[in-house]
Amino acid sequence: MLHGPARPSGPDPASGYKTRLGVAMFIVYCIVYAGFVLTSVVAEGRAMQAIVFAGLNLAVVYGFGLIIFALLLALVYNHLCTRKERELSGAHDGKGAGA
Amino acid sequence: MNLHGTPLSIIIFALFVAAVLFLSFFFARKAKSAAGYYAAGGQIHWAVNGISFAGDYLSAASFLGICGMIATLGYDGFLYSIGYLAGWVVALFVVAEPMKRMGKFTFTDALDAKFDSRGIKLAAAISTLVVSICYLIPQMNGAGSLVEPLLGLPHWVGVILVGVIVIVIVSAAGMTSTTYVQFLKGGLLLIFSTILVGFVLARGLSTEPVGLDGGAPGGEMTVQATESQLQEQGYALLHTTGSLQKYARDGATSWWKREADGTLWRAQWTSDGVVNGVAGGVLEPVGRLRQIGGMSDAQAAAGTGAVGPLAFLAHLTHPETRVEQWQKQAVTDEKGAKYAVYTPKTVSGTDEMKPGVKFKVHTTTEKLNFVSLMLALFFGTAALPHILIRYYTVPSPACARKSTIVAIASIGFFYVLTLFLGLGAAVNGTVNPADNNMSAPLLAMSFGGVLFAVISAIAFATVLGTVAGLIVAASGAVAHDLMDRFGRMELTDRQKVRAGKLAAFAVGIVAIVLGIVFRGVNVSFLVGWAFAVAASANLPAILMLLFWKRTTAAGIVASIIVGIVSSLGIILTGPEMFAGPYGLTAEQAWHPLGQPGIISIPLSFLALIVVSLVTKNRRVAVEA
Repeated sequence: MLHGPARPSGPDPASGYKTRLGVAMFIVYCIVYAGFVLTSVVAEGRAMQAIVFAGLNLAVVYGFGLIIFALLLALVYNHLCTRKERELSGAHDGKGAGA
Repeated sequence: MNLHGTPLSIIIFALFVAAVLFLSFFFARKAKSAAGYYAAGGQIHWAVNGISFAGDYLSAASFLGICGMIATLGYDGFLYSIGYLAGWVVALFVVAEPMKRMGKFTFTDALDAKFDSRGIKLAAAISTLVVSICYLIPQMNGAGSLVEPLLGLPHWVGVILVGVIVIVIVSAAGMTSTTYVQFLKGGLLLIFSTILVGFVLARGLSTEPVGLDGGAPGGEMTVQATESQLQEQGYALLHTTGSLQKYARDGATSWWKREADGTLWRAQWTSDGVVNGVAGGVLEPVGRLRQIGGMSDAQAAAGTGAVGPLAFLAHLTHPETRVEQWQKQAVTDEKGAKYAVYTPKTVSGTDEMKPGVKFKVHTTTEKLNFVSLMLALFFGTAALPHILIRYYTVPSPACARKSTIVAIASIGFFYVLTLFLGLGAAVNGTVNPADNNMSAPLLAMSFGGVLFAVISAIAFATVLGTVAGLIVAASGAVAHDLMDRFGRMELTDRQKVRAGKLAAFAVGIVAIVLGIVFRGVNVSFLVGWAFAVAASANLPAILMLLFWKRTTAAGIVASIIVGIVSSLGIILTGPEMFAGPYGLTAEQAWHPLGQPGIISIPLSFLALIVVSLVTKNRRVAVEA
């Protein structure tokens, strides 16, 4: 079982960057999600029945798209956050070593 | 339909329960301290936590409720999958790391981190209890639905069984055992749902599906006739109400639905424990394709053979495809006796695969209800107390983030599967028209007893995992937030664990009672309300605490209280409650809104802003 030892989490120099990035990505996803909701509501949702890809209608393609887009954004977010954490933690360690 | 447990299903079920209980007692030694009991010592690996998130979140609502709703309503059920998954974006981008940084055991800790306010402790604990109980009801209800076919036991026995096992799990090792039960269940659910979808695609589509017992779905219940044919066969018309007609032949009652062209479809019915004329009987499983677009009748009857996932959906979406959906109508006969009559309705593939069967968007009220539901699902996830406490089980904010991403991947994959599971049930004659919660397990039954036994046991474990998480959250609210911090009882570490176990016992008993009372309601529908309450009561407070520096303790308290009262108030006075539990009609409701989020979420934000501005001097004083 992956049940490792606890370790306290110290100050996080990347937290400001991560917060800004998270809010930006949240807004992007909100817009795409709102687009789905509005497309379902406007014109009594008739746009959703249009066949758009491989015999599938917009409702299915947009629905699957929202799920896949969430995962893609999450992976990008993690990549950028991890890179910044390493960058700042490396800079912090370097300063410490020099001092 | 055979609804009695087989020895195999009982053995597999017993093995699952034994494994779960073994895990609980194995980890019991790790839960001696309060940190161990409430937060698994903050030692869980992020990958394990991510799958445990899936195990916690993919509840009876997801597996039983969504699949059942898709099976009976088509695409509308999938809207829940989309909304439930989208909510994780809010959790990842906005909530995950700050919650980990600010909290200790409960979501109340995080809200109260800057203020040390007794008001916040009380309001947040009450909110945790309200949301957890709203969420517990459908889980327990789902458990009862499962044991009927799995073990051949009554609904109430299933509810009690889940309650007792979960009380044992939580009392044994709190969050540690709950985490590993959820990890086991989450992993198995993903694996076996994938296998089941593989079977569905390999079977393909046909207008003459196999059904459960090798016969056509619905059996003789979907017989079509004309009025004169019925009279020739000796049927006597006794009563007409709307499009429904009651006949009798040789003392046996039957209900028929009259179409506009004069055709009559034989309906199924229940009345006072009698089902289709048999005391204590069971409704025939239903659901089939009447026509497959682009294929002749003979080709459609022979079936498509194995299809890929996109082709499966494309066949169902075809405008000429015809799918049989079943509706329930409550009627009264000529003697005043009450009947629930289930009738078939044929819809096109176009209508089956787009929103609009349940969530209609023709009128302004319908549009508001739809937007309100999607809003609640989107903002509810990141405000569910039993999800938020899982952020305290990992060692660091980065681990909280990574575990959320594992959760998004696994939960997103599962929700894609729900569309195939629900539609698979809809066209394979495996829908119980009176209780669509069993659609996915009955779909498994159409592939044989082994798969049914395994899927049902996993579904039962699904309920166990989620209920355990809910009870840990609720017991934390009682013992940690209310007794220790709000009540200032200053409990020792050992007393906190003891109080948590006693609270878990009490909440478990409440859950059992509510699960029995709310039998038969679609579990996903009820969970939608839990999301609405969470999104209204908790999320505005969390977001404003993180992003608005002028937020005060009084503002947070006001936001939580307004959120709870307004969301519950709108639900309790709305059409769903009047037409359902109150036994009245939807028209008698105080207002037409079935979903509260569009009113209650902005109200909660507004309350926080206004009260914070009014009490800003107090905040400055505290800071000074």
